[in-house]
Amino acid sequence: MSPAPRRARASCWQRTGAPLATHLVLLAGCAVMLFPYLWMLGTSFKPADETMLWPPRVLPIHWTWANYPRVMAAAPFVRYFLNSVVVSVGSTAMVIATSLLAGFIFGKYRFPGKRLLFLVILASAMFPFETYMIPLYLTMKSLGWINTYQGIAAPYLIMSFGIFLMRQHIAHGIPDELLDAARVDGASELRIFLRVIVPLCSSAIGAIGILAFIQAWSAFIWPLLMATNRSMYLMELGLSTFQFRFTTDYHLLSAASVLNTLPMLVAFIILRRRIMESVALTGLKG
Amino acid sequence: MLRLEPIGRTFVLSFHDWHLIRPVKPWVGLANYRELLQDDNFLLALRNTTLFAVFVVLLSVVLGLGLAVLLAGKLRFTAAYQAIYFLPVITPMVPMAIAWKWIFDARIGILNYLLSWAGIGPVGWLTSPEVAIWSIIIMSVWKALGYNMVLLLVGLKNIPAAFYEAAAIDGAAGWRLFRRITLPLLRPILLFVIVVSTINAYNVFTQVYVMTTGSQAAPGAQLRVLVFDIYQNGFQFFKMGYASAEAVVLTLIILALTLVQFRVIRVDEG
Repeated sequence: MSPAPRRARASCWQRTGAPLATHLVLLAGCAVMLFPYLWMLGTSFKPADETMLWPPRVLPIHWTWANYPRVMAAAPFVRYFLNSVVVSVGSTAMVIATSLLAGFIFGKYRFPGKRLLFLVILASAMFPFETYMIPLYLTMKSLGWINTYQGIAAPYLIMSFGIFLMRQHIAHGIPDELLDAARVDGASELRIFLRVIVPLCSSAIGAIGILAFIQAWSAFIWPLLMATNRSMYLMELGLSTFQFRFTTDYHLLSAASVLNTLPMLVAFIILRRRIMESVALTGLKG
Repeated sequence: MLRLEPIGRTFVLSFHDWHLIRPVKPWVGLANYRELLQDDNFLLALRNTTLFAVFVVLLSVVLGLGLAVLLAGKLRFTAAYQAIYFLPVITPMVPMAIAWKWIFDARIGILNYLLSWAGIGPVGWLTSPEVAIWSIIIMSVWKALGYNMVLLLVGLKNIPAAFYEAAAIDGAAGWRLFRRITLPLLRPILLFVIVVSTINAYNVFTQVYVMTTGSQAAPGAQLRVLVFDIYQNGFQFFKMGYASAEAVVLTLIILALTLVQFRVIRVDEG
């Protein structure tokens, strides 16, 4: 065979064959990624007897809405949802406030031990929450914070990555001259913080807010320890105890799971780009 | 001038304190550790967690890297692909664990149905710990993949095109290009991804708790992992001191692994 057609064939492969193969591989992967969602949604509309069919069916034969009211009647999911909202929003607001404040101090002030302190904060991010949850639990117990919002939110008020990101942003993104000019005009440090720093950090605030919200929203083991009273359950915890009651009632479990997943899915559809960018930022430390 | 500083420092220190408080409560020298070494449950948990971590890290990093390489090129619909692969990362764990429980269901699960086409008899994916660990590894890779992909994509996009052009002139392509150019330049972010994956994998709990605990699982099907053991000893048996000792072991493992990973990858660089 002469070399010319071989090269032509190779370029033809490169132009259409390789991308096509790549798409096929990626699409197959997507099917695996999406399948659990599809099944969850389909099953949530199935009548009870269709969940036990063999061969299993992804979509229902007879569609029904009935599972949703039954789920809502069986467990106070609205209450769980509101609990999750309270804890996540509170945590997000606190993380933003503490990150801004600490970021400002680390970014624009000099004081003895600053480098060390900053390193300690960065290093503390390496210790996962599970390794210090016991003493934290004991502290909460002695404070009488079991079954309270502040107790459930307690570990999620400060985020060392948030401090890190804010410090980078403030130290490199906001010129000292701007602050000095404000000082010359007689602005207090607090006023500088509120009127100069905070408005200039809106993009970092958004990113940190998204990360903090996701972290609080998906918390599981801590709410499991802190909320012993059903009225204080968050969504995740509520769903897991619901699961222990209706172990194989997959139609009810699915409806409950859909309700549980929906808020995050909607948020993701609306804020997809921002969420993915924020998560990508966590790689900055590497 | 530094009115804000004391406030800041107080909170920084309070944050600091949460860690230092760690070994408060009942602490009786090394007795807890000695007991741990003879505790079959703990040793089993340690073994399971390590096995889990090795495979989850390996699979999620390799697949994540593969995805990132495919998606970094000039392909159409990359944004849509990224969104789909990323979706499980932000989806709450509990509902997804429930969905996967059905996929793995021995009697009516879709996985056994698909396998039955290939003539493979029903597998009890979640009914024994030996098999359940693999089911949970699969589920966890599914959940973690997108995160690694997103970080590695950032890393890939940060590699200057000039490197590839220079290599192309030298005649490097395909696998060689990947090994000689991409991988070395990707090293810092790859290290970060591996470290984070390892830490997360060692702390696995939610999916294990949802998928193998409780009445619906066959008796004795509980997959023992470290955080579950800590949870059980500390909060079901109220042996806080003992559970703390386990937590310290977990911390040391994570610390040691992180240091080793830094070492290995740094040394490679030299």
